[in-house]
Amino acid sequence: MTIRDDHRLTHLEALEAESIHIIREVAATAQRPVMLYSIGKDSAVMLHLARKAFAPGQLPFPLLNIDTTWKFQEVYAFRDRVAAEDDIDLITHRNVEGLEQGINPIEHSPGVHTDVLKTQALKQALSKYRVDAAFGGARRDEERSRAKERVFSFRDRHHRWDPKNQRPELWSLYNGRVADGESIRVFPLSNWTELDVWQYIHLESIPVPSLYFADERPVVDRNGMLVVVDDDRLPLEPGETPRMEQVRFRTLGCYPLTGAIRSEATTLPEIIHEMLIARSSERQGRAIDHDAASSMEQKKQQGYF
Amino acid sequence: MTEFDIHEYLEQHRGKDLLRFITCGSVDDGKSTLIGRLLFDTQQVFEDQLAAVERDSRKYGTTGEAPDLALLVDGLQAEREQGITIDVAYRYFTTESRKFIIADTPGHEQYTRNMVTGASTARAAVVLVDATRGMQVQTRRHSYLVHLLGIEHVLVAVNKMDAVGHDRATFESIAGDYDEFARQLGIEHARCVPVSALTGANVTRASESMDWYDGPSVLEWLESVPPAGGEEAERPMRFPVQYVNRPRSDFRGFCGLLTSGTVAPGDPVVVLPSGRRTEVAEVLLHGGAIDRGVAGQSLTLTLADEVDVSRGDMLVHAEQLPRVGDCFDARVVWMHDRPMLPGRQYDLKLAATEVPATPEAIHHRIDVNTLEHQPAEQLALNEIGHCRIRAGRALAFDAYLSQPGSGAFILVDRVSNLTVGAGMIVRPVTDALTDKSENVTWHRQTVDKRSRAAQKAQRPAVLWFTGLSGAGKSTVANALEQALFQRGHHSYLLDGDNVRHGLNRDLGFTDEDRVENIRRIGEVARLMADAGLVVLSAFISPFRADRALVRELMEDGEFIEIHVDAPLEVCESRDPKGLYAKARAGVIRNFTGIDSPYEAPEDPEIVVNTAELSADECVEELLAYLKRRGILIG
Repeated sequence: MTIRDDHRLTHLEALEAESIHIIREVAATAQRPVMLYSIGKDSAVMLHLARKAFAPGQLPFPLLNIDTTWKFQEVYAFRDRVAAEDDIDLITHRNVEGLEQGINPIEHSPGVHTDVLKTQALKQALSKYRVDAAFGGARRDEERSRAKERVFSFRDRHHRWDPKNQRPELWSLYNGRVADGESIRVFPLSNWTELDVWQYIHLESIPVPSLYFADERPVVDRNGMLVVVDDDRLPLEPGETPRMEQVRFRTLGCYPLTGAIRSEATTLPEIIHEMLIARSSERQGRAIDHDAASSMEQKKQQGYF
Repeated sequence: MTEFDIHEYLEQHRGKDLLRFITCGSVDDGKSTLIGRLLFDTQQVFEDQLAAVERDSRKYGTTGEAPDLALLVDGLQAEREQGITIDVAYRYFTTESRKFIIADTPGHEQYTRNMVTGASTARAAVVLVDATRGMQVQTRRHSYLVHLLGIEHVLVAVNKMDAVGHDRATFESIAGDYDEFARQLGIEHARCVPVSALTGANVTRASESMDWYDGPSVLEWLESVPPAGGEEAERPMRFPVQYVNRPRSDFRGFCGLLTSGTVAPGDPVVVLPSGRRTEVAEVLLHGGAIDRGVAGQSLTLTLADEVDVSRGDMLVHAEQLPRVGDCFDARVVWMHDRPMLPGRQYDLKLAATEVPATPEAIHHRIDVNTLEHQPAEQLALNEIGHCRIRAGRALAFDAYLSQPGSGAFILVDRVSNLTVGAGMIVRPVTDALTDKSENVTWHRQTVDKRSRAAQKAQRPAVLWFTGLSGAGKSTVANALEQALFQRGHHSYLLDGDNVRHGLNRDLGFTDEDRVENIRRIGEVARLMADAGLVVLSAFISPFRADRALVRELMEDGEFIEIHVDAPLEVCESRDPKGLYAKARAGVIRNFTGIDSPYEAPEDPEIVVNTAELSADECVEELLAYLKRRGILIG
């Protein structure tokens, strides 16, 4: 990117500078920071920005992947490729007790699955590694309750978020101070929109899993969602026969819970084009958010990212 | 759209700049509806979001059958149920030329804290006024806060024009009132637009119902505000060092966001506060060398010499230095339930610098509704004070209004770690009256009581000792003045010796003369307080009414009534000047305690009992009290 003659930054340059500032601030002040890495497009952008922040050096913190074991196979393959890169130290954590109890998204409700394999797993990992600052890729434009989220979001000893007790956040003077056991969730992409993320991925040629691009995939209709049959763990119900359709994903959650959309978009410009004319917001494809209008807020109070 | 179109679109989108603005007003002014309208008309609203709003409209809405657009911007469950917004929410929309970030702040509860938070990152402000009600106290409050945070571009959206029949005269009257107020405040670029958020008139498009208005719509105005960047790049270079990057022994990079100016290899720079001078070797953006970095970029700099630089230092251009010092005056906005107390230690964060700091004194509090300056002992939640701040060590800083990036700070509670205050530096204290720096012009105030007191680094006060003859007023007052002098305070003691023989030598001891005696002493004390002094007065001053009269002459909190208390028998037994003996013998008349009453204070600021305490112990008590009151510092 080049600077214009009048020294003004484009909005992407301004967002990039802000995110890098946030990432460096955490690296300079936190004792044991980690970057939550969910393998999706937002994580990809966050990782890319972190690499820029510390170039020519390497990331001064590890990535943390919370593994529900129910991500798409291709997502795991992508994660393992990233983990194999020289500059990456990736920690994977699973809720072993939850998995031993046989919690899964097919027999249990989306709420139970998410709570045990994602929220509880995340809390376990943050406690285990005594993390005092964890980067997340959440954006304020994703959902109404996120619009008020701070860039530095304070969590108490029980990893809980209290919407009434957040620190005022002024200028770019972030307050990341915590007592022992408390932590900060840090959202460097707070001010990015979905369009910004895709455009940045396009401009910077950032690799993302190919599930974001349309392809012929086996699908069944379930609960009003197009569910891709990723492997033999998805038991087919009587009368269900997977059929091949040209589909892609806007978000990559756990595969039985994340609906695909019919799409012809096989390139980044086509994805952006499709998004511009899309009439539903990206979280709609996730079963987890439909429990109640304010479900995201409730989950955040319990410690969900 | 075809494939060609999308590439063209992406190219256009890539070139957009960014404008952050704040919206101020209450739910009643239709602020949420205005924002909902901006999002809706610029097509930022997805169908599932609209469906949720339609569902919620039936439950919480106020617009009958039509979807209540205000609900689009309403976030948290609790607020939705209360029907009010209680925090700062950020919204995003984009037009063909620009991306916008709205800081949406409430008009009611916690308005100061939230508005200041939202305004801190905003470059422009939209202030809502209800056309059916005209300018309100809150309009002034919002405009003042916007101005306080240094926002120069203000749009007043006179909303609900549909409710006043789109009447031109109504709009022009409100606009006239506002223009005058904006001029008083010093807001440079204020503009008024008549709108109806409900119908969308003049929000994103012109309105037939108001064809008499030919100015810009809200959106057109937002698109015309000069974006951040250009001005900042023209200012002196400031590079707060945020992080030191040392991946290998031969590379030491200093990372940070350039808050103002530009930087290029070869530029002479000074490391502050150490003052070491060196040169910029390389300017790196994301690891790659560039010719010039500009304000707003997160950069990595390498230096020509191996100088000691760490997080919290500031690199500045060698010919455009900021101030370096440990004491400055600042406007502080308090954000916590526990009040700010002078003398208490907080942690101060300015750019990447973190130091312990103490608010030494509150010069005055600013009432956000009336803009009056009031005396204050402490700052409560949502109050704004003009304060003196002393940091634990020297740091580099600028005046907030000329360099927000190096003039803004937060105060953090050292125990709870909460952000409790936000500050904007007004000027350094070391050389209050003259400033020799070429690059910073400090606003010079007229010489008044505050500036005189500020020069002496103290708060003026009148310490009024009252009590029976022989109670020890002069003894204690003299000892206290000595203690004040030793601590570097500027004081003056008024007592019988220097008043009775000069100013008041024409007065006797009749009741009438005693009243006049105290009146004159009170006036002299007032003049001396106006000169910025701590005044001590030691007179019997037996009548409550007279002491109340003197109290009336002073500003609130400035008059400290000290009852020097000792029983009459004790005083009489001391009788240092033999006066009690003469009074008992009838040689002198109208002697307080004998044949003239002493009206003891009903509610003095402090009582010292000289029958039980020594003079030194009394002084200790008084010093402790004056510190608690914030009159003495340190």
